[in-house]
Order: sequence, then structure tokens, then C-alpha cells
Amino acid sequence: MDPMAEIRDVFFQECEEQLAELEAGLLRMEAGDKDAETVNAVFRAVHSIKGGAGIFALDGLVRFAHVFETSLDQIRSGKLSAEPHVMALLLRAADALMDLVRAARNGEAVPEARTQGLVVEFAGLASGGAAEVRTVARVQVPVAPAPQAEPRRTWIIRLTPKASLYAKANETALLLRELSRLGETEVDLDTSGLPDLAELDPEGAYLCWTVTLETDRDAGAIKEIFEFVEDDCDLEIFERPNFNFFMEEAPVEEIVADNSPAPAHPYAHPPVHAPVHASLAPPPGGSEIETNTPSLHPVDVMAAQAETSSSVSATIRVDLDRVDRMIDLVGELVITEAMLNQRVLEAGLARTSAVAMALEELEALTREIQDSVMAIRAQPVRSVFQRMPRLVRELATQTGKQVRLLMEGEGTEVDKTVIERISDPLTHMIRNAIDHGLESPEERVAAGKTAEGAVRLTALHRSGRIVIEVADDGAGINRPRVRAKAIERGLVGADAQLTDDEIDNLIFLPGFSTAAAISDISGRGVGMDVVRRSVQAMGGRISIASRPGQGSTFTLSLPLTLAVLDGMVVKTSDQTLIIPLGAVLETLRPNAADIYPLDNRNSVLALRGGYVPIVDIADVLEFGQRSTIPEQSVALLVESEGGSRAILLVDEIQGQRQVVIKSIEANYRAVYGIAAATVMGDGRVALILDVDTIVSVTRETVRTDFARVSSQGS
Amino acid sequence: MALTVLTVDDSRTMRDMLKHSLVAAGFRVLQAEDGIDGLEVLKTETPDVVVTDINMPRLDGFGFIEAVRRDVERRSMPVLVLTTEADAEKKSRAKAAGATGWIVKPFDPVKLVDAIRRVAA
Amino acid sequence: MDATQAHHDIRELIAFRVGKQELSINIMSVREIRGWTSATILPKAPRYIRGVINLRGAVLPIIDFAVRLGLPATEPTARNVIIVVQNHQKQIGLLVDAVSDILTLNSNTIQPTPDIASESVSTFLRGLIPVDGRMISLITLDNVLPAEGLAAV
Repeated sequence: MDPMAEIRDVFFQECEEQLAELEAGLLRMEAGDKDAETVNAVFRAVHSIKGGAGIFALDGLVRFAHVFETSLDQIRSGKLSAEPHVMALLLRAADALMDLVRAARNGEAVPEARTQGLVVEFAGLASGGAAEVRTVARVQVPVAPAPQAEPRRTWIIRLTPKASLYAKANETALLLRELSRLGETEVDLDTSGLPDLAELDPEGAYLCWTVTLETDRDAGAIKEIFEFVEDDCDLEIFERPNFNFFMEEAPVEEIVADNSPAPAHPYAHPPVHAPVHASLAPPPGGSEIETNTPSLHPVDVMAAQAETSSSVSATIRVDLDRVDRMIDLVGELVITEAMLNQRVLEAGLARTSAVAMALEELEALTREIQDSVMAIRAQPVRSVFQRMPRLVRELATQTGKQVRLLMEGEGTEVDKTVIERISDPLTHMIRNAIDHGLESPEERVAAGKTAEGAVRLTALHRSGRIVIEVADDGAGINRPRVRAKAIERGLVGADAQLTDDEIDNLIFLPGFSTAAAISDISGRGVGMDVVRRSVQAMGGRISIASRPGQGSTFTLSLPLTLAVLDGMVVKTSDQTLIIPLGAVLETLRPNAADIYPLDNRNSVLALRGGYVPIVDIADVLEFGQRSTIPEQSVALLVESEGGSRAILLVDEIQGQRQVVIKSIEANYRAVYGIAAATVMGDGRVALILDVDTIVSVTRETVRTDFARVSSQGS
Repeated sequence: MALTVLTVDDSRTMRDMLKHSLVAAGFRVLQAEDGIDGLEVLKTETPDVVVTDINMPRLDGFGFIEAVRRDVERRSMPVLVLTTEADAEKKSRAKAAGATGWIVKPFDPVKLVDAIRRVAA
Repeated sequence: MDATQAHHDIRELIAFRVGKQELSINIMSVREIRGWTSATILPKAPRYIRGVINLRGAVLPIIDFAVRLGLPATEPTARNVIIVVQNHQKQIGLLVDAVSDILTLNSNTIQPTPDIASESVSTFLRGLIPVDGRMISLITLDNVLPAEGLAAV
């Protein structure tokens, strides 16, 4: 790979880290964190992005980062205080910066309008607003005067270093060496300033050099050599034959300000400085930055902090591809181990034999390796959570509601495969909470609540899964309305007896949210049924609990990884299938007397006083003739993530085992009724059943059949 | 023998970029992530020139230079600071802290190498 | 100049037999050739999708090329082979009767496909190559897999 392209990748990767840091820091500041290091970290994040963007000539990004950084610098130096309206602007600027970074990465143009308003607002923040705009302008102007070929001229350069020149590790000899590179030089050393040895300060400066330089380079080239030392020496440069140096154009890039106490007379330097300053005279109407001496020197503070934080935790950066490769390999190891196990079993070795026992040990070890490797790829949900404050701000603006977002458990870890797929459902849950859950400020006040509503986002581990909750303190689900709507849409019968819980969960039914019900925000054309389906597709479940007047809580529960799955191995119509163990409630042998056919295809099983639709998997998946009649089959009572139950008929159960999930879509495409695949001990591919699809489709057909049967009966 | 340059910068992009430019110019490059880290490197290494960023966590460029100048054995080490644009205040503060010179970001690799050679003994 | 020009036009193809037909594909897209192993059938797949097999941990769909050409399904035996090919980001296996030849030829020997080919076949037929009195079809892999949109049916 081209090294610059590699550095560019590093830059954008680093930008993401810095953007996350930036937002986290701003949020801490918004919450009242006054720690100097928090402001510093925020400043550094923007500053670093600007620095990197400069390398890649991302001018729009540089310009905006600069304006942003200038305000942060003012907060840092105490000239601007972190009032709520300032913080709000900074947070919006952070969002815009993120957009600029993403656009730059994708090589897209960012509409000027995205940042223009913010730039104006920033200008309004600063008391000397005009100064800000001018500073920006200065960044844009490239300051590289092309070296001009000039006729040979002779220059006299008189250099009298001060002690400070040596204190900063500059060397007269090096300056002379540089001069000699410009042309022919003649050097005279004046030692008349040397004191007696007894009075000589070993770190003092007593010498004076006069250099005669014959060169075709201009005065700018000579001055450039003394660029670093001009405040630490007396310097005179003049041309020997005709004294026209002062007509030269001065380089633009020069020092404007001096450090500590500003000189009473800014031009009290050797003559060479005069034209330089003149060319940089303050632009009309502007105030100079140099008046701003920092009120606080952060070095001591930081050095003190460094003492305590010097024990850096030992971490390494690893390319994600390497970890993915390792996880794949461990997956192979698990499969190979299973194959070995099967061979040993087939060979008829006793369970107590040394081989079988060693194999058991290998199995335990393999599991442990797998867990450890998975842990490497585990990431805190922070990266997803961090995107939510922005969403909440946008939604609050759009809806005119006041929203406070509280987040807990951002450090909760989950496999990368899951992280990547949490974002969408989470976004919908939050949209729903703000759009439908929270009331308007007026309604809240009328109900005796604070005008500002709260949305709490929580992540935690619970029994081998990650649970994410989105709770609002809004009005709760309007059950009569939801019920009426469900009846109107034909989702439930008009006389259906539903518990509160069942009513709440109606919002997940396909067809509940239709165009009329979808506002701009929650909608984007997607109802909660789609959210539920996508959650179920990764082996997760979503539910809602609500208390009228007090709010609703969405609960999302997901497996910790999408890489492995505990499954039940079944066989039907000579095909081996895996059924996710989490979906299986119980296994049973159905009684012929309990099976009621609805027609020649569908039937239901009477189970503990209710009826559960029966699904013959071989039939649904068109594997061909069912090899057993229902009463000789094995029945699995399964529950879909949505809580619907069904009986799955299979020929036999072969056992339970953990399987490594393999994508079918990677080389093919999505397959009906199948969630994924795995490789079995014999090296063959087995398909993992998508229980929810099977159950939901079956319920549809059974429902219509039921309706037909009962209408015929009456 | 190749000149050894220590770069002190908390931005990986900038460290990579510096390294890329300096290695191409035939320098040996040492890297540190902030001032504290830089001082740590200086305990065992004696680079010919140090190039340091200003805004860094834990110990910034000003503090780093001051620490270098306080160290009797390191005080004569040329230290160049990286500053974005022609930030007058930063430059003068860096000079007050004892910086030998500066390099303006975004830097031109040729100018960077020039500046380093100019201060390297 | 001429030498490099000619070099660019040289193509290497792998020829294989399906029934009585001989076809060929660009050798660059071939990853490996392996013997037949029975495939796990996929529900509701098109008839020419034989199923999936395990290729070193990856799930590889197998296309019965005879069915894709409108011929009766292959009754695979140990003599049949699977040509593993890479097409865009996906790897697929082509179940064929046998690999017959490796051809090195100049692209100007490839003749255009006559219009008479049936529509399902012409979607991936790219030309005809006369070799020693045989006629070998050159195919492209682009339309061999079913389109994504059919997934739900």
C-alpha cells in the first residue's frame, strides 16, 4: 500500500477516536465538569484533527476546525465561560465536525451551509468577533514565496548573539554554516566584548560576528536563517553597494508577538525588524492577539497529574483482520475437535478410555480458547452509545421537546459482530421514546412533571446476554388507543381479551404502524415490527413495559456474540438442522389424540388447555416427503422472539452442541427459513433454522384456516 | 552516521507522517507520544534533534522543553516545535520555554528536513 | 511495442465438459478444482442450486451447471468435479462433468455468440472458440448466480 494512503487511513481512524473523545469531553463539560484537563483534551481533539487535515489539504475541515478550536482555546484560557448556550453550540459544532470528517473520508463535498451558520455563531461568541474571522483568513493563505534568482549582491551581516540564543540550543557556528551555503562568505570575529576571565559567565554571550556574503539569493533567504534566533540576538543585514534592503518585501510568515512583557516600543529592535513589522501592521479594525497573555500556565497542573497517571495500562493495537482471522481459526478448531470426537465415538472407544478423557480435556480447552479469543474482539457499547446524544439533540430540536439523556453501562462489552448491529434498533428505540413517549413541555408541566423529559439508556450483562434498556419518563403507552388501532387494522379481534402487557406489545405487530401513524421522526417508513424483525434476525428479543403517566421501557436483549450459538441438532427428511437452543422451550412426543387437523396441511396440538399450531419443518422447507407421521415424530415447543409459540415436528433429536455460525450470504444470499449455517463434525454443512420466520409464517396460515373453519362451523 | 531525530506527538497521523518524511531523508527516527514519554525516551537515547508538538496530554510541548532545558546533560539539545499556522503566541511561548526553532504545520517535508539540518550540529 | 500489445491479448482459459457441451472460463477466476462431495440442500432454492458444501470453513454454494444450461440434472459421482471460482466478492462452486483442457489463445480467435442461443444461456455466454474442430463456449460468471431479488420467493 502507498505509504501516504496508509497514513491517511491512520488519520481517519484517529479522527474517529478524537471525535468520540471530543463529544465525551463536551458532555462532561456540559454536565458541569470544570477540570482543566477535560477542556484540554477537548481542545487537543479538535487541534489534532486540524493538524492531520492540514497534511492532506482538507481545507474545509481545517478552516472549520480552526474556528472551533479558537473558541475552545478561549474557554481554556478562561476568556469564555462554558455557559449552556456555549456548550450547545460546541456540541453542534462537534456534530458538524464529524460530518466534515466523514465527508472528507468519502471524498464528498460538504455544503458550506453546514458550517457557515456555526462559524457565524462562533464569531458572535467571541467579543472580538472580527479578529476570529481574520485569523481564519490567515490560515488559508499559503505563505511560500518562491525563491527568486537574483543578481549576485554582497551583503553585510552583523550578528551579536545574546546568552538566550545559546540557552535554546542554537549555535552561532551553525548559523554561519548556513550562511556559507548561500554563497561565498568572509567572517570577522570581534572579541572586544570579552571580559576578563574572572568575570566571564560560562553561559554568557560576548562575541560579535560580521559576515560578508556574496550571493544571488535575496534578503528573505538570509533572514530565514536567523528566523529562530532573531529575538535572541542583535542582527543587522544590509547590502554593501547600494543601501536598498528596506525596499525588499518582507516574508509574510513572521513573529508578530513577543512573549512576556510586551516591549514598550515594538520597534525598538535593530533596523532589520522595522519593515517586517510594518508589513504586518494590524489589519483595520482588528485587535491584536498578543495582548492575550495566558492567565494560567497549565504545565504545572499537568505535570502534577502526570505523576499520578504515569502508570500506563499495557495495551497494544492489533489489526482487526488479524483478530477476525484468529476467531475463524478457532472456529475451525472447534469443528475439528468435534469431528475428532465423533470419530472416536464411532470407533467405539469407552468413555473412560484415556483417549476419550484426553479428548474431553481438549474440548474444555478449546472452549476456553474460544472464549478468550472472543473476549479480544469484545468492545464496549460506548462507540454506539456515543452516537446517541447527537440523535437526542436533533430530535429535541425537531419535536420542540426538552430531553435529557442519561447513559449507564457504556463500558459493557459485547462482540464486535453484535456492536455493528445494535445501532439501528437502538436509534429506533430512542426515536420512539422521544417522539411517542415523551410529552411536550407544556403537557409535562400540566401533568405536574418537569418540563424536561428524561431518556435513560442502560446497558448491562444478564445471564449470558447483553440487555439494553431505553426508558423514558413520558406518558406511557395509551392502551385504549393502541387497542382500538389494532382492532381497526384487523390485528386482533374486537372482543379479544388482552392483558396490559399484550396490548403494549401490539406495537411490534406487522401492520401496526402504518403511514398515518408514522411521524417524520420515528418513521422513516419503518415501524417497530421491522425493528423487532431485525433484532430477532440476530437472535435477540425486544419487548416493552409501560406504566400510564410514568413512562415506557424498551428492553433489547441480544446474544453476546453472533459467532457461536448453542443449538439442538435435529434430523428431518434426512437433513440435519440446528435449532437455536434459546428458542426451544421443551421437547415432547405428541399424542395422536391431541392433534387436531385444520385441513389437509395444517393442524394444531392441544397442549395444557390451549392450541399450538404444528409446523412440519420438512414440509415448510420443502425438503420432500415427511418421513414420519406426526404422532411418531419428535415435537419441539418453540417460542419466537415475539412470544408466539409453535410445535416443530422433526424426525429425531441428535443432541445439543455449540456451533460456529457461518454466513450463507457471504457467498450466496439469504435463504428462506434459514438464519445461517454451520459445519458439523463430519465436515458437512448444516443449516441453522430461523425459528421466527417459520413460526410467524405458520401462524399466518393457521389464523386464516382457523377463521375459515370457524366460519364454516357457524 | 545518520542523524537521529526524536518526534514527540500525541497524534498517530502526525507521528507517522513525520516518520515517513524523516526516514525518507535518511534520518533515524525515535518516537514518543507526549512530553512524559519523550522525557522517558531521553533517559536512554541522545537524539541529535527533537521535534515536538505543543498540545499533548500529560505533559505538553512547553513543559517538555522546559524540562529538557533544566536537564544539564540535555540542555544543549536542539528542540524544534511543531505549531499549526503562524501562531505568534505559541511560537513566543515555545521560545520562552527554550525552543530552538519551529516548524509550521502542515509541514512541507523539504522544509522540515531543512529546519532539522539547520539546527543539527 | 507489438510484443506487449500481443501479450495483453493472450488469454488463458479452463475448459470443462457438461454433458456433450464444452465450455470455458477465464483461468484467473478459478481458485481450485476439487472432487464432488455431497451438498446440503437449501430450501426453496432454484433447481440449479445443488446446495452448499464446506470449503475450509466457508459455506460454498454449488451450481449444477447442467441444469443452468437447461439440461437434465447431474447425477454426481466421484468422477465429477467442482470448479471453485471467484466472482466479485463471492466464491461459488460449479459442478461439472470434468475439466477437459487449459487453453492459451489470442482473444481475436474468440467468435461472437450467434443470436440463436436461448435467453437463459445467452445471459452468460460470451463467445465461441473453435479448437481442433471442437466448439468451446466462453462464459462469464456474472449471471450464473441467481439475482438477489429472488431471495424471498
